[in-house]
Amino acid sequence: MNTELTGIIATFLLTLVIAIPLGKYLAKVFAGEKVWTDFLKPLETGIYKLSGINIKEQMNWKQQLKALLTINILWLFYGFFVLIFQDKLPFNPDGNSGMTPDLAFNTIISFVANCNLQHYSGESGVSYLTQQYVLMFLQFVSAATGIAAAVVLFKAFRDKTTTELGNFWEFFVKSITRLLLPLSFVMALILTFSGTPASYDGKDKFISLQGDTVNVSRGPAAQMIAIKHLGTNGGGYFGANSAHPFENPSYFTNMVELIAQVIIPIAMVIAFGYFIRRKKLAWTIFGVMTIGLFMLLIPMLSSELGGNPALAKMGISQTTGAMEGKEVRFGPAASAYWSTVTTIISTGSVNGMHDSTMPMSGTWQLLGMMINSFYGGCGVGLLNYFIYLIVAVFISGLMVGRTPEFLGHKVEAREIKIAAIITLLSPFLILAGTAIASYIFTSHGNAAWAVQPKSWLNNPGFHGFSEMLYEMTSSNANNGSGFEGLGDNNMFWNVSTGIVIFLGRFLPIIGPVAIAGLLGAKKFIPESAGTLKTDTKTFALMTFAVIIVLNALSYFPALALGPLAEYFTMLK
Amino acid sequence: MKKYIIQSIRLTLVLLVLLCVIYPVTVAFISKMSKGNGGGEKVTKNGKTVGYALLGQSFTKPQYFWGRPSAVAYNAAGSAGSNKGPSNPDYLKEVQSRIDTLLKYNPGIKKSDIPADMVTASGSGLDPNISEQGAAIQIDRVAAARKIDVKKVKELVAMNTLKPFMGLFGPSSVNVLKLNLALDAL
Repeated sequence: MNTELTGIIATFLLTLVIAIPLGKYLAKVFAGEKVWTDFLKPLETGIYKLSGINIKEQMNWKQQLKALLTINILWLFYGFFVLIFQDKLPFNPDGNSGMTPDLAFNTIISFVANCNLQHYSGESGVSYLTQQYVLMFLQFVSAATGIAAAVVLFKAFRDKTTTELGNFWEFFVKSITRLLLPLSFVMALILTFSGTPASYDGKDKFISLQGDTVNVSRGPAAQMIAIKHLGTNGGGYFGANSAHPFENPSYFTNMVELIAQVIIPIAMVIAFGYFIRRKKLAWTIFGVMTIGLFMLLIPMLSSELGGNPALAKMGISQTTGAMEGKEVRFGPAASAYWSTVTTIISTGSVNGMHDSTMPMSGTWQLLGMMINSFYGGCGVGLLNYFIYLIVAVFISGLMVGRTPEFLGHKVEAREIKIAAIITLLSPFLILAGTAIASYIFTSHGNAAWAVQPKSWLNNPGFHGFSEMLYEMTSSNANNGSGFEGLGDNNMFWNVSTGIVIFLGRFLPIIGPVAIAGLLGAKKFIPESAGTLKTDTKTFALMTFAVIIVLNALSYFPALALGPLAEYFTMLK
Repeated sequence: MKKYIIQSIRLTLVLLVLLCVIYPVTVAFISKMSKGNGGGEKVTKNGKTVGYALLGQSFTKPQYFWGRPSAVAYNAAGSAGSNKGPSNPDYLKEVQSRIDTLLKYNPGIKKSDIPADMVTASGSGLDPNISEQGAAIQIDRVAAARKIDVKKVKELVAMNTLKPFMGLFGPSSVNVLKLNLALDAL
């Protein structure tokens, strides 16, 4: 069998081998049961003490959200000022300048929101201080925020009726000490021993074999690349992200990075089932998500391995597949697999440039981000899926003519209203955002911004429209990858995507946590013959259908104008 | 509310120390034991640094094997891909001219011998590798320019070909810088 295909099969299987036990472990960690990492308890106690936190204090869902939002807003202010003044702060060996306010606005929201959309380039846009004390710091804490929010939801369904959902700070700190930090440490060492720089050395210069003078950007990259994948952040140290040979030196590190970005999202699903003592539910959710992955992956593989039909017409060999924007050491199969997982999970790191992938691949990338819950980001993937579950419960309830219930709690008007708002939010942000961008592009091409609207697009025609659609979709999904040909470092894109990222992050956290809190507080109804079971194959199919129908209805017209139109014009 | 603000500030400070000082500095310290001492492994020729093992560099002279086209001319302080879409007419013209260049400098090869990686820009602009086929089409040219036996060049290419990881996973590739160093060492 083709070694490129065996490579991705092995990667996926290894992912499961790590993720499933990790999920069981996480369920125990958050339930406060005994685990082998309990030797870290003194560290946690120290952190609580220094921060004045009493973890015995129980919070209801509103208090949980208040704590979550307070600390997130604090990070916004902290980071914004560091980004603007980075040129005056220490640790800037390459002498990079401070960010403009609009770029800092975009960057800080993007990193606080676990999105990591980057309108700057790592080599020239940020100092070492910013890389570590703002960007890498936020990669840890934003992932932990997502995980902690998901654990609040776990808590709501563990006991029959409860308003006490545990302590937010405890979930948050444990996500770091028991999960993100130890795994990042191991992974950073694997990377640095594979060739990724990790020391604080500044830029280097050498004269190449042919006599050219070459400058080389370096720095503490391995530390950041580890957490950027484990935390499903995706913000790279260097401009080319994980396509850069320093960020991703070999096929082996490519496998490691691919595994790292998927394990926590899968583990969270497993942990959910074990935590609320409904294992079967977790496996059905996992099943739906995995089928989703393969339904996007298989057509993506076929279009990338098939190569660019326009190049085939020129008469060159296409045996190596489509290679524009890709690296030889990974090949098109591993790049296609990467682009699938990085879009269904909101990582957004890339090992090849999405702007140069085939039109149909662009469709699958966009769809993965629009659905945003086939595994999904750290913690938040499960929260997004939970909204689809509630909608599916509601529709099924209508179909059989009963009051819908979820895990023994009646789902009523208030919960459905919240779910509906969250469901409608994504298409609203993506489509309205793209529409405004298209309008400015066509009608105000000469506006005096850093990049004039008429020169935003790196590619003409339908592909150009895809670039704008992709940027908005990626922002709303908190994904952070891009069709990077877009000239995005200017007032319009910095501000608009900043707002989209912010709303696309926090409302889909507030909504599910609120629903879970409201449901958890309701009277528990024991299962009876009339209960709609949510852990059956039928219900799994129902959820899958809801996901597909909602997204198809919302996005088909936009996809038809962009990647689909490009695909059909290339056919003729 | 006020309580949460104070707790947030204190927790943030504690975590800054743990995540931004202790963690990265420990890793940086341990990385000193890696091949490149944590600063990237360098390649030397006659005691002089001529590049980094992982980074591709520009080769345009006929006596060297050429790497892939780069959108940033192998600038290792500003990595990037071309971000050209697959149907962009300007891009397709560019590919056509790369094909013509290859055909001109490598007489004897057919269009259908040229693999896609030799006429498309890499994602990072720093791709250190080309495909085996990409090396194969250049063997005659390099041998002629250096006035050495074709068989010798073929041997060197084979020696510098990286097989799939563990023989099972991923594509095989040829490292251009290592191959060219080996040629110079002849």
